[in-house]
Amino acid sequence: MTLSFPEAAREHLRDDQLRRNVRHATDVIRHKRDGVVAEREDWQQLREAGSAIRSHVLENLDGYLIQFEQACSAAGGQVHWARDAAEANRVVLEILTRHEIREVIKVKSMTTEEIGLNAVLGSEGISAVETDLAELIVQLGHDAPSHIVVPALHKNRKQIRELFLREMHLDQLGETAEDLTAAARAWLRERFLKARAAISGANFLVAETGGVVIVESEGNGRMCLTLPPLLITIGGIEKVIPRLQDLEVFLQTLPRSATGERMNPYNSLWTGTTGADGPREFHVILLDNGRSRILADAEGRQTLKCIRCGACQNVCPVYRQTGGHAYGSVYGGPIGAILTPQLHSLEGGASLPYASSLCGACYEVCPVKIDIPEVLIHLRSEIVRKQQQTFTGALGAWNLGMQAAARIFASGERVQTAQKVARTGQWPLVGASGTIESLPFLLSGWTQSRDLAPIPQESFRAWWARRSRVES
Amino acid sequence: MQISLFITCYNDTLFPDTGKAVVRVLERLGHRVDFNPAQTCCGQMHWNTGYTREAVPIIRHFLEVYRDTETICIPSSSCVAMIRDHYPKAALESGEARFVEEVEALLPRVFEFSELLVKHLRVEDTGSAFPHKVTYHASCHSLRSLQLGDIPIRLLRNVRGLELRPLEDVDRCCGFGGTFAIKNADVSSAMLEEKLQSVVKSGAEVCTAVDNSCLMHLFGGLHRQGLPVRTAHLAEILACTSEGASL
Repeated sequence: MTLSFPEAAREHLRDDQLRRNVRHATDVIRHKRDGVVAEREDWQQLREAGSAIRSHVLENLDGYLIQFEQACSAAGGQVHWARDAAEANRVVLEILTRHEIREVIKVKSMTTEEIGLNAVLGSEGISAVETDLAELIVQLGHDAPSHIVVPALHKNRKQIRELFLREMHLDQLGETAEDLTAAARAWLRERFLKARAAISGANFLVAETGGVVIVESEGNGRMCLTLPPLLITIGGIEKVIPRLQDLEVFLQTLPRSATGERMNPYNSLWTGTTGADGPREFHVILLDNGRSRILADAEGRQTLKCIRCGACQNVCPVYRQTGGHAYGSVYGGPIGAILTPQLHSLEGGASLPYASSLCGACYEVCPVKIDIPEVLIHLRSEIVRKQQQTFTGALGAWNLGMQAAARIFASGERVQTAQKVARTGQWPLVGASGTIESLPFLLSGWTQSRDLAPIPQESFRAWWARRSRVES
Repeated sequence: MQISLFITCYNDTLFPDTGKAVVRVLERLGHRVDFNPAQTCCGQMHWNTGYTREAVPIIRHFLEVYRDTETICIPSSSCVAMIRDHYPKAALESGEARFVEEVEALLPRVFEFSELLVKHLRVEDTGSAFPHKVTYHASCHSLRSLQLGDIPIRLLRNVRGLELRPLEDVDRCCGFGGTFAIKNADVSSAMLEEKLQSVVKSGAEVCTAVDNSCLMHLFGGLHRQGLPVRTAHLAEILACTSEGASL
């Protein structure tokens, strides 16, 4: 049983080191992003264009996926369809087993994290080596990613050094970022050169050409995509875009939003196989795993516009306090709060849509204009409806309170009566300082860190009525 | 101009002084204010917590109360955001053409208090005086939904004797978020703590905003920790004059 968001958040809020790391890292990325976004006078048009392309894809997803399959197959790729995580993992296993692969190198991929691929491969005796520096840190630490783009954002340099010393069995290691990357480079280089297979995710699948796009910063991806003779790519079905030309928009908005760069250092785009260079055998697995169900929901659908830039995580004041692990999924932060519960039909993720103050910072930065607060409210209303259909939910304090409040708000007279009742009822709660320092039951959360001024003797409406009487 | 006040449910109950200040400022500027006691709530709490179905009768009640009004003043940006961002959706989902039309007719008449002054009434100097150091907390809805920009700041700059102190990370949420403050009390408290540090660092004696919901949250933390900063809605500062009216 996984913890609810408030419970998990409480644990993570106690970790001062984690919170310092998260604040520092998100501040750095956020400021870089703001700088490079401000350079673009047409930023709002780029967002609009990105949103329009992604919406268009979702409205016509069936056609574009088939177009992608045909084009990719024609170029020498092999396309597989996976209904869920188990099917996708099975396809990967079958391919690797057929080639008698015992070790596979990986490009950073949240989709493979989503389906738990590494664990499945491990249980079959195949070791999957993460080659992205941050993913390597996560893997060596037997940890989980806490950010879509920067998975080890919760770790600082000192913690990473200790981890490398221990897990790479090093006798000595310097303390600078250069020392750490050099250690990772030496560790990885061996594996790159002997690997016979690689696994990647996909940033974009181009329907028109059957091409696949990966953007990255370290060059590890480029090596995975070009060195081994066998390449397997796993992409969510929503990753497709219509034309090569559409990359014009996303290759501008994605790097600026994700890492605050004008352009990613490595942009890999390949189509099928060539025979002369790169992988000789190339597979693409198109993963559904709950996505077609999200697509069927007109209000939740916009969630699938996401291009996984992580900008919403970097600006989110909630994520800032808790980090990504509190969200109990590889997708943390605002996008996780809407994506995770939908991928799992709200089972187990029912607290996530409430993990937001609805401040709107996520929507403001989203390069494809996903109105995350709107989707959060939509999911909340679905949760409320479900709860109201259960005996405990219908008779729960929240439902009873909200029903009572709705009845009060039906007329001005009722509001006036309720105000009088509350004013009289509050006195046992008012402390010596003249404020309420402890509230009972549901409302106790408020007074754990906040006092409350008592309800004044005269409401505004009472004052207005008195003033009107005096004047007349 | 005839201005109809929507005081909002929580201002009515918890912050009547804000309502009195709004009336004082508007009347001082030569306008007539009316208040319909049939008014209740905009429906925001229900809507945002997921009780969207329960919010609909509240929305309909609002439409009925304000049907024959010209200009509606609301001293709360989150309530204005509720009306502008969500009333059209509620109406559309009902499938009733009349509901949709009524919302369309309502929206151009709804103004947040500072927005009404600066954008609609074209007033930036309200003839106010408030000789104190003040910092302005930009609430999320005022910033991102209403896009108020520097409107409240322009009003504050014209207040005699007022020294405006900048608030760092002014665009970051204070952690209130309605029922979020209770459902996620620990995270909300951590967010508040960071905001309180910024408020104290500003060196202000008074922290103001166009939303008493944020200010109630900030007050709660300031009072609990015994920090010497007061909170006051923008209208309460603008209501003060050199002739003696003060907080």
